[in-house]
Amino acid sequence: MPDDKKTLLELYRKMVAVRQFETMAGEHFAAGEIPGFIHLSIGQEASSVGVCSCLRKDDYVVTTHRGHGHMIAKGADLKRMTAELFGKRDGYCKGKGGSMHIADFSIGFLGANGVVAGGLPIITGAGLSIKLRKTDQVALAFFGDGACNRGPVHEAMNMAAIWKLPVIFVVENNQYASTTPMEYSCAIGDLCTRAAGYGMPGEKVDGNDVLAVRKAAATAVERARAGEGPTLLENATYRMKGHFEGDPQKYRKTEEVESWGEKDPVERFARVLTKKKILTKKLAASILKEVHSELDEALAFAQDSPFPAPEDAMNDLYSTMEGGSHA
Amino acid sequence: MPDRILSSSAALAEALHEEMERDETIFIVGEDLVAHAGIFGQFKGIPEKFPGRIIDTPISETCIAGCGLGAAMTGMRPLVDFHFSDFVTCGMDELCNQAAKIRYMFGGQVKLPMVVWCPDGAGLRAAAQHSQSLESWFVHMPGLKVVIPSEPADVKGLIKAAIRDDDPVMFFQHKKLFAKEGPVPEEEYVIPLGQAAVKREGKDVSLLCYGSGYYLCVEAAEKLAGDGIEAEVVDLRTLKPLDMDTVAVSIQKTHRAVVVHEACRTGGFGSELAARIQDELFDELDAPVKRVGAKDFPIPFSPPMEDFVLPNVSDVLKAVHAVTYR
Repeated sequence: MPDDKKTLLELYRKMVAVRQFETMAGEHFAAGEIPGFIHLSIGQEASSVGVCSCLRKDDYVVTTHRGHGHMIAKGADLKRMTAELFGKRDGYCKGKGGSMHIADFSIGFLGANGVVAGGLPIITGAGLSIKLRKTDQVALAFFGDGACNRGPVHEAMNMAAIWKLPVIFVVENNQYASTTPMEYSCAIGDLCTRAAGYGMPGEKVDGNDVLAVRKAAATAVERARAGEGPTLLENATYRMKGHFEGDPQKYRKTEEVESWGEKDPVERFARVLTKKKILTKKLAASILKEVHSELDEALAFAQDSPFPAPEDAMNDLYSTMEGGSHA
Repeated sequence: MPDRILSSSAALAEALHEEMERDETIFIVGEDLVAHAGIFGQFKGIPEKFPGRIIDTPISETCIAGCGLGAAMTGMRPLVDFHFSDFVTCGMDELCNQAAKIRYMFGGQVKLPMVVWCPDGAGLRAAAQHSQSLESWFVHMPGLKVVIPSEPADVKGLIKAAIRDDDPVMFFQHKKLFAKEGPVPEEEYVIPLGQAAVKREGKDVSLLCYGSGYYLCVEAAEKLAGDGIEAEVVDLRTLKPLDMDTVAVSIQKTHRAVVVHEACRTGGFGSELAARIQDELFDELDAPVKRVGAKDFPIPFSPPMEDFVLPNVSDVLKAVHAVTYR
């Protein structure tokens, strides 16, 4: 059944929200308000939004250092996200995690991860937990093309496959692992073909086409929920920004970046919706305004939130620590 | 009712039977568990009694650890069997970058009730990659707890506490001690983490030990008694959290301390404990704190060399004579 107008507009609104959140984060990073470093997902909105649109609130997701989009798409609170990026007390992790280590367990978001491929063994464990608890949840991992060459990916995919765990592996192939092109680090062209080595289906989709992503993800999620096991989904996409904000990007040509600009997933979906007469210029402007007003609120919340007290660093390490612990 | 005599293996299995009966979120995951109820027979009866809750994995230590972690984050209480503690190296990211940090990084949003069960130690002629004592690596990792029982009764009480704990616990059990027998109470009991036990009282020197080091100290204390030296044997049982209070009380009495463990001396737990003793109890000491541990070599295969590298009772005696000047 094709998606109705309301669903399509919601997909669009979410993609705009991710794009604008990332843009806002980039600006405030440049202004020195966000400490450390951040990795933006501009250009990859179709993947995050398309995939998460197939998930329920109680489904589990892990992501990477480039995870803002996934978290927003899973339904995170923009205020607490922004505050976390700013290192503030009211952030999701009270300022202990930052952009790369952010989570919201109330929506099944088991966390971003600062270690490439770090989320895959965890999501396999979440999948095993679902199977043992006999619920119909699913567990989904986002990771990049760079992660594919790490050992944990192999172990996780094999284990999920032998136990037919309700896991979906989503590789966002954005062509570069930091500075290293995918062609350099993989001897195969399509990462999804690796699925065959684990006895699971693998599919490559145009990761800048939100509806194509949504369709493939829906099939994978359905398979997982039905107890038929894991799927490897390759979303071919492109990160339109550097690996991190401030990346001089000497490893790729301007023409290449510009050519992907033409495939911008947000604008592309806007064109699709306009053609279907679902989106008008006026409606697009009002969606953007609405998103901006949410982001303004989030930003004010983050800016107004106090920094944690230095000694707050000593909270939250253990659930229980009795008998002779010392700082 | 007098205590029964059980082996450490039997004590472990009994505790797990009781805990798995009590809480259906507990499960065991690792390599080669079902066919022989664990490679040391440590999970006797569990495959039959709790089918589906003791799970064989492929040889994939990274993902075995990850499995425990992901399950613990989502409502289960896993016991992860690491086969041989030496293989923790294959799961280090999951244990140290993930398990140890996830609760903290995420601002305390989640509990991680996970036990990582690690058979460790030397003496089985298993050579360098199946014989190590690596506990101090994990003591150095904020976010983990570290437990090393010696006697069967401790194994039972401590594994129960570790399973019920809401944080990741590294639980080391010496392979050579699995068959070692000792009294184990019949009634239900739990030994809280972070509680050392004074297992032999004495006034002349404190022998601070854990795991296999405990048995060296017991033997040494017997011999020392013949020489008129009364050694107090303090079994630390948990290295993190550490029961520094019990250590302090003992040293305030004896004014001399020897730390004994099987792990190699440099960077071993004895170094940390000696540092804390001089820091917190300097005025109580009548002699420098001595450390007894393995020589700083990988564990060699051939019996004469393995025995040479490992600490023994005479090393403990030598250290005691040095600190008591007797």
